[in-house]
Amino acid sequence: MVPDEVRVEDVPSDPGHWPGARLHVVTGKGGTGKTTLAAAAAVALASGGRRSLLIEVEGRQGIAQLFGCPPLPYAERRVAVARGGGEVYALAVDVEDALLEYLQTVYHLGRARWALGRLGLLDFATTIAPGLRDVILTGRICQALQGSQSDGARYDAVVVDAPPTGRVARFLNVNQQVAGLARVGPVRDQAESIMEVLRSGQTTVHVVTLLEEMPTQETVDVVAELRGIGLPVGGVLINMVRKPVLSAGDLIQAQSRQLPRAEIATGLAAAGLPTSAAVVDALIGEAVDAADRVALEAAERAALASLGRPTYELPWLAEGIDLGGLYELAAALTDQGLGMSGS
Amino acid sequence: MTPALNVDALIGDPQIRIIVCCGAGGVGKTTTAAALGLRAAESGRHVVVLTIDPARRLAQSLGLTTLDNTPRPVSGIDESGGGSLDAMMLDMKRTFDEVVEAHSTAEKAEQILANPFYQAVSSSFAGTQEYMAMEKLGQLRLEADRDPDNPRWDLIVVDTPPSRSALDFLDAPKRLGSFLDGRFIRILTAPAKVGGRAYIKVFSVGVNAVTKTLTKVLGGQMLNDVQTFVAALDTMFGGFRKRADHTYALLSDSSTTFIVVAAPERDALREAAYFVDRLDEEEMPLAGLVVNRMYRVSAPGLSAARALGAAEELGDLDNCGGSGDTDSDFGGTAITIGLLRMHAVQAEIAARHESLAKRFAAGHPDIPLVEVPAASGDIHDLDGLRAVGAALA
Repeated sequence: MVPDEVRVEDVPSDPGHWPGARLHVVTGKGGTGKTTLAAAAAVALASGGRRSLLIEVEGRQGIAQLFGCPPLPYAERRVAVARGGGEVYALAVDVEDALLEYLQTVYHLGRARWALGRLGLLDFATTIAPGLRDVILTGRICQALQGSQSDGARYDAVVVDAPPTGRVARFLNVNQQVAGLARVGPVRDQAESIMEVLRSGQTTVHVVTLLEEMPTQETVDVVAELRGIGLPVGGVLINMVRKPVLSAGDLIQAQSRQLPRAEIATGLAAAGLPTSAAVVDALIGEAVDAADRVALEAAERAALASLGRPTYELPWLAEGIDLGGLYELAAALTDQGLGMSGS
Repeated sequence: MTPALNVDALIGDPQIRIIVCCGAGGVGKTTTAAALGLRAAESGRHVVVLTIDPARRLAQSLGLTTLDNTPRPVSGIDESGGGSLDAMMLDMKRTFDEVVEAHSTAEKAEQILANPFYQAVSSSFAGTQEYMAMEKLGQLRLEADRDPDNPRWDLIVVDTPPSRSALDFLDAPKRLGSFLDGRFIRILTAPAKVGGRAYIKVFSVGVNAVTKTLTKVLGGQMLNDVQTFVAALDTMFGGFRKRADHTYALLSDSSTTFIVVAAPERDALREAAYFVDRLDEEEMPLAGLVVNRMYRVSAPGLSAARALGAAEELGDLDNCGGSGDTDSDFGGTAITIGLLRMHAVQAEIAARHESLAKRFAAGHPDIPLVEVPAASGDIHDLDGLRAVGAALA
């Protein structure tokens, strides 16, 4: 599933796809596995002795659950190692702390910090004025690009588990809004520098989807929306892809509703199974459903391909997602060109 | 034993006037809300469904082709029971504008609507949706009650916004209240007199620092815009506050009921457990949990293990029976093996869904629960919604 155009640009020393991109923003419709694939991408991008940072901005502690560690504090912590000696760090951004930290570093506010809390400014900034939240979060993300909290060394990649498709454009574009509101002053400067990073070749926005109608539609919509505001669209990550169990021939027969009842019953009898009409009908019904689903998936695949972006297919994992599954997905991403291809 | 959630009992109870569907994103909340609304309407109730962000084709099937913030009748429903169904999609900016217009003089409204800070807050900042969804619910309820003898709707079904925590809408009225009571708002509305107020004297050093900080951080022009915005809104705060309190009271009233929607996946059920606990904490009336998209297999007596075992056995028979000739004595072997393997995979998924639902039930023995089987495709017409409604009952 590696598109040719990308493969051509691929050079051995290159970190797979997206040369030059260090900020990978991952969005997707709710329920598509956006957090899981952001984590898998962070693991993939750390392989081969590199270092990545995975940032969570929605306060759900989904990352800690995935990596099986206690809730993350507002600090960059190593959560996993990757193939070939790489390290994955994670950060759950706490909006209040990030705001205070920002005010402290930029404006050296000692006394006012206390007053901000007492006067309800923190409440205001973090819950009531929701746009401010996004300003703080995007600011913290850009700060992470400059270097790690502990030793100041650059991360090779920063991966953001971003808000879902319905809100991601607003989230990423919030600084454009702010720059429009503040015509001069430090807020405008800050907003402009963030927009510059987000629009540069350093940034790429990946969209997670499923081969279902609504997630596909939202993917098509969000790609158009992101392009409309000048943000670089990355890859389309197709999650939970199931290989059909039935052979192509059987699927065609099922689709045209021509499965041979008598033969199936004979087969069942040979296996010592009940051959009642109920059993045969149920099996045929399942096959017909499966065939219809395969046809539907083909249509969704075509719609996604028409976006002209590289696509990655991630297998459906029957057991659900655990740490082993996460590495399996990371390997699938690496094999398809995201992150280092081996080392 | 977990009690069963019976939505027919809910929609058949004339005391129930509001049903709120909540749950994480992507679990089928909107579909559930629409299906409930349709079933209630066809059983004779006068229903309005408020959706936040429906899938395109589902919206079309409800006649929601234009987003005009007004409930429109849904055509194609069975009205023989004497009921009716209206549906609407929330337009948060327009709802906000209407609130401003309703609560201030024409001149002031114009001033607010033109303020750049207002325009940003009302149309593009995340979070406004929660406030406006609750505002719209309040409005619909008022509209419904306008003529008590001949109410336009006797049941409102609300689909909640796909928020960060999905229960943000519960906090919206309270947050607004605490903001309006906060000292910060007074600083914003009256920065000049702040130092002179007795109650704030204790903090006066801090206040000066804050005003200075705000000027420093925001810049004079932006602070000025913000202040104009807040000052303009000041006159209507009383109204806002009252409505926020009223909506919160409405949600905890016994005529309201909440339905938590989940999918049979670990994460979705964990979120659902969080909602259930949170609603309980807030003493909100919870009807129960809907577990959507449950995978089912129908072949009787054919477990995953048995199907797989039989498929293997057939494979062996096939190998030694007809010297590699698949059309030998055992006709239909190849296709039967395929079907059995496929059945095994599906039976396993079904078993996993069943066990996840069971575990949730075991952890929440008092929460009524209903399972809705997965449809083979997306649901985007009234017949699909009817099937979901039937599964809910």
